[in-house]
Amino acid sequence: MSADSNQTPAKQTSAKQTLAVWKFSSCDGCQLSLLDCEDELLALADRLRIAYFLEATSAVAEGPYDISIVEGSITTPHDAERIREVRRQSRTLITIGACATAGGIQALRNFGDVAEFTSIVYASPDFISTLSTSTPISAHVPVDFELNGCPINKVQLLEVIGAHLAGRRPRVRGHSVCVECKRRGTVCVMVAHGTPCLGPVTHAGCGAICPAYDRGCYGCFGPMESPNTAALSARMAELGSEEIDLVRVYRTFNAGSAAFREASEAHEHEPAGGAPA
Amino acid sequence: MSESASHTLERQDFDELFGALARRGYTVVGPTVRDQAIVYEEIASSAELPIGWTDEQEAGHYRLRRREDAALFGYNVGPHSWKRYQLPPEVRLWRARRDADGGLTELEPEPRTAPRYAFLGARSCELHAMGILDRVLLGGAHTDPADRARREDVLVIAVQCAQAGNTCFCSSMGTGPTAESGFDIALTEVLEQDRHYFVLEVGSERGGELLGELRHAPAGQHERAAASAAHDRAAAQMGRELDVTDIRDLLYRNLENPRWEEVAERCLSCGNCTMVCPTCFCTSVEDVTDLAGEHVERHQRWDSCFTVDYSHIHGGSVRASTRSRYRQWMTHKLATWIDQFGSSGCVGCGRCIAWCPVGIDITEEARAIRDSEAVGDARP
Repeated sequence: MSADSNQTPAKQTSAKQTLAVWKFSSCDGCQLSLLDCEDELLALADRLRIAYFLEATSAVAEGPYDISIVEGSITTPHDAERIREVRRQSRTLITIGACATAGGIQALRNFGDVAEFTSIVYASPDFISTLSTSTPISAHVPVDFELNGCPINKVQLLEVIGAHLAGRRPRVRGHSVCVECKRRGTVCVMVAHGTPCLGPVTHAGCGAICPAYDRGCYGCFGPMESPNTAALSARMAELGSEEIDLVRVYRTFNAGSAAFREASEAHEHEPAGGAPA
Repeated sequence: MSESASHTLERQDFDELFGALARRGYTVVGPTVRDQAIVYEEIASSAELPIGWTDEQEAGHYRLRRREDAALFGYNVGPHSWKRYQLPPEVRLWRARRDADGGLTELEPEPRTAPRYAFLGARSCELHAMGILDRVLLGGAHTDPADRARREDVLVIAVQCAQAGNTCFCSSMGTGPTAESGFDIALTEVLEQDRHYFVLEVGSERGGELLGELRHAPAGQHERAAASAAHDRAAAQMGRELDVTDIRDLLYRNLENPRWEEVAERCLSCGNCTMVCPTCFCTSVEDVTDLAGEHVERHQRWDSCFTVDYSHIHGGSVRASTRSRYRQWMTHKLATWIDQFGSSGCVGCGRCIAWCPVGIDITEEARAIRDSEAVGDARP
């Protein structure tokens, strides 16, 4: 904790850091995690001046901002420009959620043909201005901290903000979900039930919710720090997963993360001589 | 087992044990079925024990199976160990608030007491594991009073294994299957055609006093022989083997063995083996502050040598590869532990084998390294 933050009187508004919350391609769920911090919002407002947060208030203060929290991925040429401006206006830029850190569920387009999608979905595809990929914020501008999760865990978000205010490293660990399962005493669903589970390759942070309810981990928090997806996939195949299952299991909210993208592509085989009849 | 310390307790009188423990103020922790496994939790009567259940274990595989009888303890060790009580997964060490002058004042100190536990159903390998963990946590010059408080007053009612699992190798490690000491009472379950009873051995004065409160009888020759046959059956069923001859020097000679590379291909570095191990003791200490910067807490949590952060020092992790992390874990468990604490860190319970999601087997890895030397010798 820095001496400065020790001495800063909390009530002195002029010394408050400013916070901006930005949205790109996303469902708003992660921003809502911030509004969901009902018990902590007053303390937050005591330490930070909310300068830009359209989800919460239409009042907008001009930049630059001390902290920018960014939700969503980059899917349009306009957003690719806008994120550069956000970065220019932000001293610290923190991305939150699977969209901002990995491209989100909309990164499934990275594996397909966007022109084909738009031609099927829209009456006038000419009006659609979109990129062929959905990419994380870090693919466009430097990011100071990435908080994983779909959605993020609000306790972790408060930890990241609190750590920033205290001038220390956020206590957000990159190990597997398995460690969280074992700490809470959950019986391993993969070993004891034969349920395919992404826990061993997934970043901790959710508190290992799904295995506690007898389900395998869906990988909402993206790849852990040293994911060995090849070994896990081999084991899931032994437990009965087909190749197509192994493609799909990695192609959810974090499909665009490098580790999960490579893991899904390893099991995707183009049928020789075109699609079967 | 000395004949004078051998007694019998009939199944229908077994719940007297729970009554006697409750009267003495003990909270009983023992085996119970939850989430398709036999775990250790607080229990209040024999009805909560895994009656008629057993388990099937293999590398990366655990399944509950029905037994044909109503045995209370007819299973092998499961995913939990007594480590949960000796070294809980998360402990708050202290809390403090910031004073006006910037100093810290500790709020009321964390309690240095634990419930008075009776561990029911500890197996021989587990008694050895408790002893090894005691050596680590309480055997040094600087110990944590909270660790000590958690161990003081714990009453141990051991259960002698009457069967061994496929992943068991306590015979190799010299830690079982039959417990010789480290218990207050040890019981061997015997199921006969028309009789279900336990043969009890008393291991301490406290155990003797407890026995006095139970409806028991001296064990006769037949009953002692039945208990002895159960112990022999477990020894004969041992599913795995680990040759510990010269194991420390064997591993020290093989720090660059290509086998570490091969196991790293399969290893998920998920940390499961260390979490289920009854002697792995690594924890990290982390501080938590509130948004206002007025309140701070320090927590100790289970950690693992398989995480990147655990070996993070200035400049990065000193064990960046999975190869180096697996090697660290296995050589610590089987070799450097001997230098550090005077014994092996492995008790042969087999949990790391069964609960590894991809079924990596420490006995197979040790054998591969040993065999690689034999192959090397055979070459011209």
